Amino acid sequence: MAAVQWHSRARRYESELQSCGLEVAPVEFSDYHPLKSITVTDSKSRRGARKGSTSSSSSSSSSVAPDPLSSMLDGTDPLSMFAAASASESPPTLSQSRKRREKEDEVGVDFEPWSSKRGEILARFTTTEKLSINLFMGSEKGKAPSLASSAVSEKVRTRLEELDDLEEGSQRELLNLSQQDYVNRIEELNQSLKEAWASDQKVKALKIVIQCSKLLSDTAVIQFYPSKFVLITDILDTFGRLVYERIWSMCSDPRPLPDSFTADEVNDTAKETCLNWFFKIASIRELIPRLYVEVALLKCNRFLTKCGIQETVPRLTAMIRGIGDPLVAVYARAYLCRIGMEVAPHLKDSLNKNFFDLLGTFRQIHGDSVQNQLVLQRVEIPVYLTLYSPAIHWILQCVSYRAPEDYINCAEIWVEFTCRHFTKREVNTVLSDIIKHMTPDRAFEDAYPQLQSVIRKILTYFHDFSVLFSMERFLPFMDMFQKDSVRVGVCLSIMDVFIKHQQEPTRDPVILNALLHVCKTMHDSVNALTLEDEKRSLALLINGFIRMVSFGRDFEQQLSFCVEARATFCNLEPVLVQLIHTVNQLAMETRRVMRGSHSRKTAAFVRACAAYSFITIPSLTSIFSRLNLYLLSGQVALANQCLSQADAFLKAAVSVLPEVPRSISIEGKLRSSEGFLLDFINNFLSALLVVPDHPEAGVLFLVRGLLNMVQDYTWEDNSDAKVHVYISALPLLAAMSQESYLYSIPKVDSNETLYGGDPKFLAEINKLCETLIGQVLDHLKTLGRDESIHRQGSLAFSLFGCLLAHGDLRNNKLNQLAVNLWNLSHKQGYCNTRTSVRTLEFIKHQAQQPDMVHLSDVLHRLTLQSRT
Amino acid sequence: MNILNTKSVILFAFHICNIISGLLCQEVLAGVVAIVSKEAVQHQGITLTMEGIVNLQLSSKSVGVFEAFYNSVKPIQLITSNIEVVKQGKVPGGKTEIPFEFPLHTKGNKVLYETYHGVFVNIQYTLRCDMKRSLLAKDLSKTCEFMVHCLPQKAKLQPTPVDFTITPETLQNVRERSLLPKFLIRGHLDATNCVITKPLTGELVVESSDVAIKSIELQLVRVETCGCAEGYARDATEIQNIQIAEGDVCHSLPIPIYMVFPRLFTCPTLETINFKVGEFTCNKYKSNSATVCGLPMADRCDSLFLCRV
Repeated sequence: MAAVQWHSRARRYESELQSCGLEVAPVEFSDYHPLKSITVTDSKSRRGARKGSTSSSSSSSSSVAPDPLSSMLDGTDPLSMFAAASASESPPTLSQSRKRREKEDEVGVDFEPWSSKRGEILARFTTTEKLSINLFMGSEKGKAPSLASSAVSEKVRTRLEELDDLEEGSQRELLNLSQQDYVNRIEELNQSLKEAWASDQKVKALKIVIQCSKLLSDTAVIQFYPSKFVLITDILDTFGRLVYERIWSMCSDPRPLPDSFTADEVNDTAKETCLNWFFKIASIRELIPRLYVEVALLKCNRFLTKCGIQETVPRLTAMIRGIGDPLVAVYARAYLCRIGMEVAPHLKDSLNKNFFDLLGTFRQIHGDSVQNQLVLQRVEIPVYLTLYSPAIHWILQCVSYRAPEDYINCAEIWVEFTCRHFTKREVNTVLSDIIKHMTPDRAFEDAYPQLQSVIRKILTYFHDFSVLFSMERFLPFMDMFQKDSVRVGVCLSIMDVFIKHQQEPTRDPVILNALLHVCKTMHDSVNALTLEDEKRSLALLINGFIRMVSFGRDFEQQLSFCVEARATFCNLEPVLVQLIHTVNQLAMETRRVMRGSHSRKTAAFVRACAAYSFITIPSLTSIFSRLNLYLLSGQVALANQCLSQADAFLKAAVSVLPEVPRSISIEGKLRSSEGFLLDFINNFLSALLVVPDHPEAGVLFLVRGLLNMVQDYTWEDNSDAKVHVYISALPLLAAMSQESYLYSIPKVDSNETLYGGDPKFLAEINKLCETLIGQVLDHLKTLGRDESIHRQGSLAFSLFGCLLAHGDLRNNKLNQLAVNLWNLSHKQGYCNTRTSVRTLEFIKHQAQQPDMVHLSDVLHRLTLQSRT
Repeated sequence: MNILNTKSVILFAFHICNIISGLLCQEVLAGVVAIVSKEAVQHQGITLTMEGIVNLQLSSKSVGVFEAFYNSVKPIQLITSNIEVVKQGKVPGGKTEIPFEFPLHTKGNKVLYETYHGVFVNIQYTLRCDMKRSLLAKDLSKTCEFMVHCLPQKAKLQPTPVDFTITPETLQNVRERSLLPKFLIRGHLDATNCVITKPLTGELVVESSDVAIKSIELQLVRVETCGCAEGYARDATEIQNIQIAEGDVCHSLPIPIYMVFPRLFTCPTLETINFKVGEFTCNKYKSNSATVCGLPMADRCDSLFLCRV
């Protein structure tokens, strides 16, 4: 088709823009705008001065738009949640449960015994204040002188007081005892208890024990109370043992009772004796001694009835409610729990009841009685609260013993309380306690739902991830999720919260390390069976994380992070895509910082970025991702003056083109790829305008390469796509032949500068255009033969439009071609009359321009076919 | 129960094998008399004497001190019986055990009441064993009390729960009601018809109190009534006082009421022509801080009916 001659129309982009551009109207940002995100921002309180810039604040809060579907699911999809639930509900195997039941009746070695706590409490709770003690006068008289000599300052005051219970006797109040004296006195009591018992003075022994227990209702010198409790419960233990052994020995005829005896094997005399003890105790007037002594003799219930202990413990638990002083009450509970654990560790309900009663009466601490007492004794609240710790610790130890299930159910609730009212330190303590309890026997395997709930609760209250991950035990806690599905579920919920709440990009190494670990776990869960949807939601979360990582000006660090991330997340394509975008952005950011002119160092860096993208892109399987990223990375490289890198990207894109399949799968359906391919090629063409020719390759090397690929590509049958590409290439070529280009890249010389409007270059362009037009016309002819007149008309009209916009119609041949095309498109009457009318109007308008007078001639020759 | 006769080195003892648990029953009191001696013992006969007596004493509060001392009501004998276990003869050396059985036959239409030791009323059953000996040697004697429990009642006892509220207005024996601090205590007793072997139970809640509570106590009071020529004398004595709350207890938290009826000092409620025992009442004491009101405040509660089931 040598008949066609191409001449590009000269363009004055500036004036054209001015003449046809729309009038710019300033937009009030406060106005309603349909595309503005609906975010309520309290801009008044935050930045009242910045009026008119609210758009920035409105978009800042939506840094990452989480997938609405995945956020609805709160991290775990319902199916895997059901699976997790059913797995955890599966009943323990028979042998397991039987073994457990056998174990229940006694406390094992894994229960930290009281004896190990004792010394610790005694050493911790000491006082230098003077103590006083009320003593029952029995065998004390003989010892009084030695006592007086041992503590000279001691003021001994004797007073007679009516004893409420059992018998009247004298009582002496010893004042100004040092702590050591006090301990000695208690030890003396312990000795006299043993002596009384040995000399068969049972009533006296009981009196001593009652006297001792009474001391526990006295909270004077409160900081010594825990130690006092230890000392006195020692005596109670001795007493309990003596009574038990005595009754037991009464049953040794004819042979000693076995350890696992039942009440039926106990003879009447022993039963009567035992009952007698209980009647005596029941008549003790004061609550606290009655309680403590009965607890001390709890084990003796075994002699009476089978379920005696089982009935007594709940009653004693309720009885403690009558103790008004919370400190006295909590220690009474600790003692009951201790004896309960020794005698009947399977009675978990009462242990729990003690714990809940303790919680229920916790408000007593802030009551007037306690507060007044503290003021009187000059004890600060924090110090006072530490007095509770041994007792509460002990109760919790009892409650949690071999009860991971009960334990975790409590812990699950506790952790929320802790999160709400305390700092990370306390939460960390709770976590470490949970780990301690759930690790033995892999108890965590049965408690995944609760453990997950713990994580969720922590995440509800701790949005600051630097705080969250600075909890030492958080990651070890995560390690308990050893079942993959659960583990991934937890990771998902963590990432979900991170993305929702992390406002600012971070470079905190603690967060990064931890979240990389979390994301890696998510990534590593991907296998051949993973659904696309799952992959997508995983990738979405990981991308959210990557977007939140910023090392500020430390670009190299950022790049090396991306390198690491690429290695870590290589199986999730969307993540790789994100990483490439991140690196490209990094290159552009570098350019911005350097204000467009790179130093040697930054130039090397942006080349490294390009290299990163270049070697990452081929690993993607999605062809369009590859194409688009090649193009984008090429543009970025170009913008950073990396010409050879840009060439490489674009060449790679062109070489990949033939691989594009005719149909691709989109959302599970096979679709034709043609539209996508055309879009990409158009995009690519517009980028080519600014790409300078490689000095060693020929003129318009890339354009030719692209067009060759287009020619060789196996397009769909009966498709005009190829011709559409040819028509699209014409505007590019026209733009290339301008003296000054529509756009250019700072510090990059485009072909306009390289060739400087060289006629040879222009001729080359024109030749190429002519070839293209020839191809189009050939195609139009083939269409005329078939039933595809309609397609012929629209293609002809496209080419006409192209000639009109970009061709120089002063040239007669082009002019004639345009008229012919017009006629061809209107011949069959398939064209859109409205478009035609508007086109004519446009030409008329153009013809009024000074250089365009020739268009009026053309106009005369264009006839509009009216439909009859 | 042992007596060691040091002179003749005779260990003389007996024990009763059973606790009598019948009012009109044909039950027997059974046991053995044990004689332990190195040598043979010559004796004039060994006898057993059983006696059941109700002792009534007038309180000095109801009549004067002297009157109380002199005008003790005559003891009422419920049962008396005497048997000879061994005729005059010789008990060989070593340990000799002589079993015995006593039928419990009451005198006339009298019934056997349950053993009871009160202040003004005492119901006691004793068994005495005597060994008569020749003039040179001292007679040996040993006494032992045995317990009689009522036969369990056939009728099922219906629990009769009772609710109570204690406020300054419900208090008795208060002069200046306006000086009292405001408080409200609610609660209930699970039953006022109580089985004597089972504890008294219930709950109590301090709903509100203006002042800190020092103590809440449960008092078991026994009422004994004696009849005599001058009329009836009614006396109430505290038998047991149990503290159920110490210190300023947590408000709105139910505190258990629990009291075991002391043995011997309580018995099933009993009413006869001459005397009446076992009418019990249960008081609840509440002591407030002394600054406002130095005296303990007591609230009278319903009387209890005790029985044995």
